[in-house]
This record gives sequence, C-alpha cells and structure tokens, in this order.
Amino acid sequence: MIVLECLFLTIAPCDAAEPWQLGSQDAATPMMQGIIDLHHDIFFFLILIFVFVSWILVRALWHFHYKKNPIPQRIVHGTTIEILWTIFPSIILMFIAIPSFALLYSMDEVVVDPAITIKAIGHQWYWTYEYSDYNSSDEQSLTFDSYTIPEDDPELGQSRLLEVDNRVVVPEKTHLRIIVTPADVPHSWAVPSLGVKCDAVPGRLNQTSISVQREGVYYGQCSEICGTNHAFMPIVVEAVPRKDYGSRVSNQLIPKTGGA
Amino acid sequence: MAEIELKTAPADFRFPTTNQSRHCFTRYIEFHRCVAAKGEESGDCEKFAKYYRSLCPGEWVERWNEQRENGTFPGPL
Repeated sequence: MIVLECLFLTIAPCDAAEPWQLGSQDAATPMMQGIIDLHHDIFFFLILIFVFVSWILVRALWHFHYKKNPIPQRIVHGTTIEILWTIFPSIILMFIAIPSFALLYSMDEVVVDPAITIKAIGHQWYWTYEYSDYNSSDEQSLTFDSYTIPEDDPELGQSRLLEVDNRVVVPEKTHLRIIVTPADVPHSWAVPSLGVKCDAVPGRLNQTSISVQREGVYYGQCSEICGTNHAFMPIVVEAVPRKDYGSRVSNQLIPKTGGA
Repeated sequence: MAEIELKTAPADFRFPTTNQSRHCFTRYIEFHRCVAAKGEESGDCEKFAKYYRSLCPGEWVERWNEQRENGTFPGPL
C-alpha cells in the first residue's frame, strides 16, 4: 500500500496542499514556474551564505573561547576586509535582483489580449463566478456559486476543506483574465499551483492574468480573513482541453440560467 | 452552443495596472454615450456593451442601471 502510494505521488502532479509538504506545489502556469525557478536561484545563494556564516561563527566560538584565548584582541578596523565584505554581498544581491526583477516585470507585460474574462466575486462565505463574455443583454449568461463541500459529505478520494460543488472550468493554454472583487468584505482569490493570489477589495476590480499550461484540477483557498468561515471557502479551477471547453460551459449554462 | 468563440474585452492601454475598476466604468459610460449619440438601434455600440458586460460584475451593472433610471448616476453619461 505504501509502495503504491509512493508511486502515485511521483506520477500525479501536486496541485493541492499535501500533508507535511515542504516545497511548492507543481507549477501549471509560466508565472508559477518562474516563481519556483527564482526560488531555486535565491536558495543557492542562501545556502552559500548560510554555510559561510555558520562556518565563521563556529570557528570564532571554537578558537576564541575564553579558556583557549583568555586575552581578547582589540582590532578596531581593517580597510581591506571592510571593502571586501561590502562588495561581495552587493554582487550577490545583484545576482538575486536580476532574475527577481525580470520575473516581476514580466508579470505586467501584456503580450496577448486575453481570450476569456472570468469574474470571481467573493461573498461570505463562498465564491460566485461569472462568465459574461457571451451575454447579449445585461442578464448574466453564466453565473454560479461555488460552495465548499461540508466536512461530513466528501466522497472517498476527495480532499477535505478543498472541494467545491461547482468548479471554475477554464480551457488550457489560453490567456485568461480573472477579475476579482468581493460583494461584502475583503477576500483573496489564491491558487498556488497557478501562481496566483489576487486580493478582493470592496469597490475595486483587481485583474490577474493566467495561462494554464496543462489539464488538471487545481486547489486553492481564500487568503484574506473574511469572517468566521474564512477557512471554508476554497477555490477549485479545472483546466480542460480547448475543444471540450465549449461543451463544458454550455452544459453549465443549461441548468444554471434561471437557477443561479 | 457547440463552438464558443473565445473573445473578450481587450487589454486597454489606458488602464495598464491591476485596478480595472475604472476600465469597467469607462466602458459602461462609453456604451451609454454611444447610444445617446447614435441611437438605440445602432449596432456600433454593441461592442462597448460586450466589453462592459465582460468586465463589470452583474451587481455593479444592475446598480448603475437603477441609478440611471433614478437620475442619480455619478458619471458623465
């Protein structure tokens, strides 16, 4: 059973929080991949600095212990070393800053117009999604609520506190514009695998762009305290092949109009 | 609906930042000003209508429609 579980974990991508998870969830968008790569870049320098500082610290404690070295030295300054320990950290910071700024500014670049706009509206304590690109009038064509599955209800294999009744269906490899806003108090729409966290601020429409690169189901949770059930309004995004997107959305259209 | 054409409000260079509230509001006003200028039946204004419907939450549109009917809409229609 354990062997089977290990195999499962290596084959299936990690798109939801796992118990005792240390690292990030697997990336499904170029943005998240960029974040993970930046993390690896910075982590390298972090380890370098950590080892160096630890080594110097241990050496100093060992060699200058008061039993071994009863008379402390009174060094006031050393110009060369002071220049060195200013220049080297600046160079390291430059190596960290370059990929960091590259990623930050690439976020804002508008290369392609989005193909779909999805509105995520936060309520206490559920999300409403509006797909209004196909409206011919002011009435919503596709609006649905997304409530969490209560703790007693999930089926075998479903994740507790992460599943919802209606998922956000999106086509893969398509530029999406997500507009996030709340109807009442601040919330935040976050899906770690997609590298997105966008605050929902009352009276404001916040835009975030994503392009999901692979099919799959991605889980996230509300990330801004919004009341007693803040922990119980998760987000589930399901990326489907482009050719299936039309039929999935029409299927949701038929029962939902007039009902939502 | 077998094939849905994937088209939505394009990115507007007047609103390059994260905050798109003004973008939605501007598209709504543009639609109504277009209708005031060209008339209800003109198809030219449909483009703006699609844009504001894509961007603006339904609640916002309903509230603005009510305000327009009451004459309390806070914008340059």
